[in-house]
Amino acid sequence: MDPPRPAGQPATAAGQSATAAGQSAGGDGRPAAAGPAAAASLDELLRGLAPRVLGAVLRRYGDFDRTEDAVQEALLAAALQWPGEGVPRNPHGWLVTVATRRLTDQWRSEAARRDREANAAALDPATRPAAGTPSAGAPAADAALTGSGPSATGGPDAAAGGAPAGPAGWAGWAVDDTLTLLLLCCHEALSPASQVALTLRAVAGLTTAQIASAFLVPEATMTRRITRAKRSIAEAGARFGPPPDGDYGARMQAALHTLYLIFNEGYTATSGDELHRAELTGEAIRLTRQVHRLLPADGEVAGLLALMLLTEARRPARTTADGALVPLAEQDRSRWDRAQLREGIDLITATLPRALIGPYQLQAAIAAVHAEAARAEDTDWPQIVALYQLLERRAPNPMVTLSQAVAVAEVRGPRAGLELIAPLARDDRIAGHHRLTAVRAHLLELAGDTAAAHAAYQLASQQTTSRPEQRYLRGRAARLVDPQHPQRP
Amino acid sequence: MKYMLLIYSSPATWDALTQAERDELERAHSELYYELVWSGEWVGGNALADPSRSVGVRVRDGVPVTTDGPYVEVKEHLAGYDVVDCESLERALEIAARIPDAAICGVEVRPIMDVGGMEM
Repeated sequence: MDPPRPAGQPATAAGQSATAAGQSAGGDGRPAAAGPAAAASLDELLRGLAPRVLGAVLRRYGDFDRTEDAVQEALLAAALQWPGEGVPRNPHGWLVTVATRRLTDQWRSEAARRDREANAAALDPATRPAAGTPSAGAPAADAALTGSGPSATGGPDAAAGGAPAGPAGWAGWAVDDTLTLLLLCCHEALSPASQVALTLRAVAGLTTAQIASAFLVPEATMTRRITRAKRSIAEAGARFGPPPDGDYGARMQAALHTLYLIFNEGYTATSGDELHRAELTGEAIRLTRQVHRLLPADGEVAGLLALMLLTEARRPARTTADGALVPLAEQDRSRWDRAQLREGIDLITATLPRALIGPYQLQAAIAAVHAEAARAEDTDWPQIVALYQLLERRAPNPMVTLSQAVAVAEVRGPRAGLELIAPLARDDRIAGHHRLTAVRAHLLELAGDTAAAHAAYQLASQQTTSRPEQRYLRGRAARLVDPQHPQRP
Repeated sequence: MKYMLLIYSSPATWDALTQAERDELERAHSELYYELVWSGEWVGGNALADPSRSVGVRVRDGVPVTTDGPYVEVKEHLAGYDVVDCESLERALEIAARIPDAAICGVEVRPIMDVGGMEM
């Protein structure tokens, strides 16, 4: 079917969009149009298109807050209409057109509201701006902010046919809209939690309800967070385009961290009623894969993708049927996902020799060494210790020291591990943290100091705020005094 | 991170308040509520009815037994709660200090357990 076109919408707009859709389809291997598709593939198609549609409309109007809402509405309309009416020939163009119309409608109704407030006579519908009239509601403040609002004379419809407006140098930024949006959503004006929420909505194309459900907060709460995040970006004067010179590295690092947080949020989900949350790992992998495809030479992007794949591969073995956590050493390795392991290992093996080494690559390399061991006792611990030493040098952090201590204990004995973590008790970042206490308990258990290990497991179980971790730690404590404890694997 | 802010009250301190002071307490709390909704930190919360409206339930040998009134007689009782989702414990403590009851009786901040977890 043809895209629903607002009156006066130039046909060239759809033509341009078709080109854009064709280009992105080429870069992504995604079909430009699909036949009567199953719900899952329609969802996939829509979410793949979401950031590109948002990019296309944003480049014309610049108003991130309203444009993002309009694109969400267009996606919703497509999800409702396409299953019945078929996927349009040019899905990208259809979505751009519908989103643009929603945006225009919103400006008009805001203008009408302002008019009504300004003049009681405006209550008469006859005085409201007619369709197609250049809207007095063109968002002057936002236009000033971004420098790319609708032109004063032509209104949005005319702008849609014209050349994309944008900051100087824009044309030189030959990178996909998806990455541009991701970097915008990871603006330093936002907290990590806001970066995560906004990325899931604007880049991954999830609805606010889905994001709220994943983070177990009311939808109204998530709506406020997303709205605030968009406002903060506008207030910081950020525009849709490449980050300012010198900001790219930091913004990229924030973007990778955001993807990592999204992954982790999903990975820690343990029970069946957390399905929405568990789907976040798939989202994180999908987005990271896209970034990797756009920036294949970036070793840290490849490293992060490999780390996610190698971690996700263990998911089927990391919990029992009733949601209890199974430590790495006791996981049934036959349940690890071979295809994901293979892809992760190949990716990190190909990346390490040619890229600038960074923390994500080193963590992926450690995960790969674990993955290559057929049994826990076959693990190449000396290599893992060496990798942790490299990681500690590059990204010193008490959590890294903790993991390193576990590896060191495997090579040089538990006392060596305990020595390594001893200084952490005086480190404010981790003293009193259940992970430090849990590792101490584990090392004390290996050292044969059962009483101290028992006390440490119990203390750790009080310190954690995770129910599955608490259950695991209590089980460890219990089996030290009662070897028949049912938690014993 | 989600925290529950448990708001305590006692008949003695409450009775000592003037009507104007009680109205101001209501106003300050609802102002805080709107602020938290606006900031995207508010998850839920409610005021609880007077402890005399409590009904205790105990099951013994599979038989539920109910008793009217509070489970235990105490000077201070739980009068309400708010659940917030915020960046840090420091922020939760800051919010707790803004609950007007904190200046009259007291507010307790407890982390809410996460349903997810990492294997070790």
